[in-house]
Amino acid sequence: MKYIYDLHKTMLSKNLILVYEGEFTQEITKSVLAMAERNMDSMGEESSIKRKVFNVMVECLQNIVKHSDDFNPLSAKRNAAVFIIGKEDDRYVVTSGNPVDTDAKESLKKRIDDINELDKDGLKSMYKDIIKSNSLSNKGGAGLGFVDMARKSGQKLEYDFEDMGEGFHFFSLTTTILRF
Amino acid sequence: MEIINLEGTEDTPKILLDKGNGIFEISGRSLPEDSAEFYQPILDWIAAYGEDPNPETLFTFKLEYFNTASSKLILDVLSSLEDIDGVTIDWYFHEDDEDMEEAGEEFSELVEIPFEFKTY
Repeated sequence: MKYIYDLHKTMLSKNLILVYEGEFTQEITKSVLAMAERNMDSMGEESSIKRKVFNVMVECLQNIVKHSDDFNPLSAKRNAAVFIIGKEDDRYVVTSGNPVDTDAKESLKKRIDDINELDKDGLKSMYKDIIKSNSLSNKGGAGLGFVDMARKSGQKLEYDFEDMGEGFHFFSLTTTILRF
Repeated sequence: MEIINLEGTEDTPKILLDKGNGIFEISGRSLPEDSAEFYQPILDWIAAYGEDPNPETLFTFKLEYFNTASSKLILDVLSSLEDIDGVTIDWYFHEDDEDMEEAGEEFSELVEIPFEFKTY
């Protein structure tokens, strides 16, 4: 049972306030949001910061709900997506992780790199271009999630792809919301 | 004309569309799992209303939060109102919610409808 203590210590040392691993649905999304909201309320977080964190969490969670089934080499055994919220003195850190294949890796990398090159005004015009021209995807996404996360956080999106073998990569995405 | 009156939930907004009393309002939180499905009856209602609208239509948006998929559908709602004469949008935002204020400004730049900005 030592792993429980290890997990507890890891969560404390990394300042994680919520870790969810498993199935992702709209119902789970609502529960995770409610927990995170209550957590921020109990810490007396400012409403403007709460809104930004909520916003980033929704886009992150709904991305996983819509896309985590696409490429999941482990799906026969278990769901492989993870969602984490960390809180440090000066920031909240919202992270998600899920498997993707090589094609998805390349397109995600390009989209996030393009977004990270833009400043505030550049992101605003990208948002307006996409909302004007795109229709919703067959999964109901507007193609605006990453742009919105970058706009609301005001920070660059950080990502990583860990090789899982057999043409799959574990895509981790981190968005930071500064508290001050 | 039938009235649409939907109570808000933790992931869908309150909707009140009442031609007789001249009340047109979308408020609360909008992050449904399937935003296109949720907004379709509203778009259908506005299309029917547009056949015989009131001389003036004050349409109120008082949203606390909406996700990006909803933002696309909100633009569709605004675009459908664009073709109706006498429409004005009241865009409410919480006084410390700059993001919601900016979202309203962006929508106002994307459609040819007068917007009034109000805080609550």
